[in-house]
Amino acid sequence: MPVNTAVIGKRYPPFEYEVGKEKVAEYARAVGEDNPVYFDREAARAAGFRDVPAPPMFAVVYSWGSLGAAALDPEVGMNFAMLVHGGQEFEWGEPVCSGDLISTEASVKDVSEKGGMGFYVFETVSLNQEGAEVARGTWTNIVRGVS
Amino acid sequence: MKLELKVTPDKYLPHRYAGASGDFNPIHIDPEFAQSVGLPQNILHGLWSMAQVARACTSAAGGDPRSLRRLSVQFRGMGLPEQEIEVTGEVVEERDGVVVVKAEARQGDNRIIRNAQAEIATPS
Repeated sequence: MPVNTAVIGKRYPPFEYEVGKEKVAEYARAVGEDNPVYFDREAARAAGFRDVPAPPMFAVVYSWGSLGAAALDPEVGMNFAMLVHGGQEFEWGEPVCSGDLISTEASVKDVSEKGGMGFYVFETVSLNQEGAEVARGTWTNIVRGVS
Repeated sequence: MKLELKVTPDKYLPHRYAGASGDFNPIHIDPEFAQSVGLPQNILHGLWSMAQVARACTSAAGGDPRSLRRLSVQFRGMGLPEQEIEVTGEVVEERDGVVVVKAEARQGDNRIIRNAQAEIATPS
């Protein structure tokens, strides 16, 4: 099945994620962080944060719900059995801390085909409760055997 | 500034990362399922491996999560549990308090992340 380029530019409803202190700690432990700012409120405040900050790559956690809507959209039509996560980019703005309410909106940035492979590029833009951008993600998925 | 990080994910790391991240794709946590779709065994989450590159970046900048401004990676070879990962990287450009670093992550000869590029704010 050929790729559907008509979905380029399609946007999805924002997804809200409330950042919790223990979730940040769980994530930080899983990725091997040991900096006390991720676990200890006092250490975080001493370092100038409102509350414990999330490690930068925690962006995948608060973006996930919004990306899911785009990735699972039947109009986008990605064949998950043949899917590879080809590349990823994040650009970070304001730090994300426990207690923040992050709203993420996903869109289809590009869909193309080359040599029987489909390239699906999604963008997520995450804002905090004050409207400041905290992260912008570019997610590139490659699907084999599209034509 | 140089990136240097070594880490060996244990057998159950993918399960803990699945819980922490919410990504329960069975190719990461179920060896039998992984083999049924042609993989050697359950494989590491690419985004966990990317987090190791991110951690190498913030460590090199003194540990401040605010220092990492941008990170882009390409996922190539698949990463496996119980094998050491080595993240390496070098500064390729320096401007206005920001360094641009080129990095990769390897398991032996298998480059699981390549062409990683990071922008790191240097401590003033």
